[in-house]
Amino acid sequence: MSDESTRIVDHFDLFCQPKYVDMLDAKKRDFESAHSAAAVAQAQDHTATWAYREKNFAREALVINPAKACQPLGAVFASVGFEGTLPFVHGSQGCVAYYRSHLSRHFKEPASCVSSSMTEDAAVFGGMNNMIDGLANAYRLYKPKMIAVSTTCMAEVIGDDLNSFIQNAKGKGSVPEDLDVPYAHTPAFVGSHVTGYDNALKSILEHFWEGRERVEGGGINVIGGFDGYTVGNLREVKRLLGLMGIKATILADNSEVWDTPMDGTFRMYDGGTTLADTKAALNAKATISMQAFCTEKTLGYCRAKGQETVALNYPLGVAATDRFLMALARLSGQAIPAEIEKERGRLVDAMADSTAHLHGKKFALYGDPDLTLGLTAFLLELGCEPRHILATNGNRDWADAVQALLDGSPFGAGCQVYAGRDLWHMRSLLFTEPVDFLIGNSYGKYLERDTGTPLIRIGFPIFDRHHHHRYPVWGYQGGLNVLVTILDRVFDEMDRRMVALGAQGYSYDIIR
Amino acid sequence: MSLTADDVKKRNQGLIEEVLKAYPEKTVKKRAKHLNVFEEGKPDCGVKSNIKSVPGVMTIRGCAYAGSKGVVWGPIKDMVHISHGPVGCGQYSWGARRNYYAGTTGIESFVTMQFTSDFQEKDIVFGGDKKLAQVIDEVQTLFPLNNGISIQSECPIGLIGDDIEAVAKAKSQQYAGKTIVPVRCEGFRGVSQSLGHHIANDSIRDWIFDKGQSKAVPFEGTPYDVAIIGDYNIGGDAWASRILLEEMGLRVIAQWSGDGSLAELKNSPKARLNVLHCYRSMNYIARYMEETFGIPWVEYNFFGPTKIEESLRRIAAQFDDRIQEGAERVIASYQPRMQAVIDKYRPRLAGKKVMLYVGGLRPRHVIGAYEDLGMEVIGTGYEFGHNDDYQRTAQDVQDGTLIYDDITGYEFEKFVDTIRPDLVGAGIKEKYVFQKMGVPFRQMHSWDYSGPYHGYDGFAIFARDMDMAINNPVWGLSRAPWKEMRD
Repeated sequence: MSDESTRIVDHFDLFCQPKYVDMLDAKKRDFESAHSAAAVAQAQDHTATWAYREKNFAREALVINPAKACQPLGAVFASVGFEGTLPFVHGSQGCVAYYRSHLSRHFKEPASCVSSSMTEDAAVFGGMNNMIDGLANAYRLYKPKMIAVSTTCMAEVIGDDLNSFIQNAKGKGSVPEDLDVPYAHTPAFVGSHVTGYDNALKSILEHFWEGRERVEGGGINVIGGFDGYTVGNLREVKRLLGLMGIKATILADNSEVWDTPMDGTFRMYDGGTTLADTKAALNAKATISMQAFCTEKTLGYCRAKGQETVALNYPLGVAATDRFLMALARLSGQAIPAEIEKERGRLVDAMADSTAHLHGKKFALYGDPDLTLGLTAFLLELGCEPRHILATNGNRDWADAVQALLDGSPFGAGCQVYAGRDLWHMRSLLFTEPVDFLIGNSYGKYLERDTGTPLIRIGFPIFDRHHHHRYPVWGYQGGLNVLVTILDRVFDEMDRRMVALGAQGYSYDIIR
Repeated sequence: MSLTADDVKKRNQGLIEEVLKAYPEKTVKKRAKHLNVFEEGKPDCGVKSNIKSVPGVMTIRGCAYAGSKGVVWGPIKDMVHISHGPVGCGQYSWGARRNYYAGTTGIESFVTMQFTSDFQEKDIVFGGDKKLAQVIDEVQTLFPLNNGISIQSECPIGLIGDDIEAVAKAKSQQYAGKTIVPVRCEGFRGVSQSLGHHIANDSIRDWIFDKGQSKAVPFEGTPYDVAIIGDYNIGGDAWASRILLEEMGLRVIAQWSGDGSLAELKNSPKARLNVLHCYRSMNYIARYMEETFGIPWVEYNFFGPTKIEESLRRIAAQFDDRIQEGAERVIASYQPRMQAVIDKYRPRLAGKKVMLYVGGLRPRHVIGAYEDLGMEVIGTGYEFGHNDDYQRTAQDVQDGTLIYDDITGYEFEKFVDTIRPDLVGAGIKEKYVFQKMGVPFRQMHSWDYSGPYHGYDGFAIFARDMDMAINNPVWGLSRAPWKEMRD
């Protein structure tokens, strides 16, 4: 048996073979009524122009390639951060299939969540029976300690009354009276997945905190927010808290459930904030949110309960980490230890080592509001210019916050903020005002292909690269990880360009 | 130690009884109808299907929108498919199915793009028709080379009483009879993706075949014209199939719908034969074309050389000697390569046991390919199959096979954990559950980012992938050596 006879040619090479190329050419020519190559080229060129950009930015109704998802995704993400908690989404079942797939594709982990599987009859009569049967089945099968209810847009449009449905279900014995079943309205037509995170988390805190008197203690709560790097980031936060000797409660700690070991056992639930800790978190002195735009309502609720709140925007880089640690130090009375100070020095040292390759480089970036704020701050620290900063789910407040960062740095001059815009807008920006690098999620690869702007993958979802979510991007360690991620691409791009140009004896340096 | 057929049946019966014990009484009755042990000689698999999923059980199913936009319409490459409603549905299904296509994205092809009307609260309150009209105008402005538009309804559309048909008609008139297809595939309709397939098929019938607005495309027929129906070109499947049909002398005039175009849909009624791969999702349009245009259709299976050979002959039998000789020539020309693939992989895979849980046609269609490699499918089931699927499946499964329809997360986990097959083939939601258990897994919707699996070229890849899933050293590492041995 020759090697050739069993050489496996898969899709990467198969369709480049002449037999397939010819076949597809003939298909196009004979059957597709396709536009001529010239017409396509002309239309393509036109999309790169300022004239097209103006038409593109005049859009009012159509959204193309948005960088946002819908509320229940965030609700599910937050809910699994609690001990033994099964997310239960009331409404159509297809939605849950989508959230589960989406989260599994990013984390490469199981994503457990149930639906109340509402169909036409529920659209007419309401979904009460679906709630009653659904809670009973979910409880019996999956033995959760808590069932966290959220909603799809179907249930929201028909106006299902979650509170009375859940009470009814309890009355009918679907679940024990004392089972914790918090619920949140998470309509997909309001806000985005970060709103859903906020609504779900607030509903869980309300469930445990309402009607109880707060006795202030010295504790601190930390909230991570919706974050593709939650595994690495929350572990990093815990490490830093440990180094500082602070015993804090991470609320919605999903760092374990999105990173379970392969040891022969499937863990539907793993880790998570205990329900007892969640209850006790009412008495904390303060709550720190690592992502203000993910927790607007939740932090408001914490404040209403008498807690001090600290709202950060994705602490990435030196100054943002400084602020996080100083807030911890102030609230806890604990000093920042020498070990952490050394980590800070190492990050600054690494940045200094690499300035020559970053200074003045132009970036475009998009993502969730807090992430883009964090990245903008770090890029400015590196002496980079974040020329286009876009958040589809960013609002006026977000734009103002980004602008304030830009105004505070000479590297922010001439940089633009785009709230509520999408990746088709970004495409026009990259063509008309090119930058050196693009930072975004996996969908940025389409922009990289179309505009030739090298993509650095930081964001959510990352489907086409593995395991980065296991590494922190917060803290000085996280800053170092982001620095290296950016630098790797910068150096790769230098080499790739010179190889493409056929350079042999110059600029293809072995030492940099 | 191998079990006898009776042992297996007894074990499987016991397993079914055991999983049913976990449910509340009301649910036991419902789920019991969906689980069975196949008895050789029975005309079907003995399960009920296409019934509403039980709430709260973690069904793996999706919705009608997924069936229409995700499966049937989405791959039509030269049309813009608008996910009409809130942002999520289009976002989660964006680029996720790997329907390959040839074309320039964003200019003349739009498959891997997400177009949405991104409903806000005011659209729910005041209705979305005006917005939809504006969305269509903006599509026309920014994507002048699009050949048509479809409107894929998300849940709210049907609940708030929008008249998307009126918008589609008005806009079609405004744009010189342009094909604009309203699709009522709201996710709450029906019990699974399946109704979405049906609705999508019907919308092609009503808005492309039947409407005067659809301008004819110039076409000169031949006696050997066929249309591929129900191949979504996952990882290039339809291409690896088309090439065989062409090599045997047929002319493929349309692909439904992987790498398909509006012109191909329109010209399909000129085919002499429709060849149907995914029966579940496209039998509707095949039957319609048979009734209306007199085009016969034949089902085929391009997984694994045994089934491919059978299928090529079945298709050829509908034509003259020239095509029949062509089929034999194709079969003979690939035979040595297929034998080499089998010689290489069969020794590594023979006797391995597989459990499947997939969609449309694969729970039965891929069995032959596993058997070509000496593997055994010991459990199978459909996410959204109907009775006619389970009847067809009865021809392909062996005595004692565990059958599970619309399986729940709980049932699947228990079945696999007890049976411990050598491989599970299902979807992304199941993949990591079983890998954590230490059971090798392949996604059998997306081909786990590989493919194609159809055709002779596809089978070689399939064989390699199954080998690499099962025989990777990682499975031997899951248990820390300092732990006591399990048995």
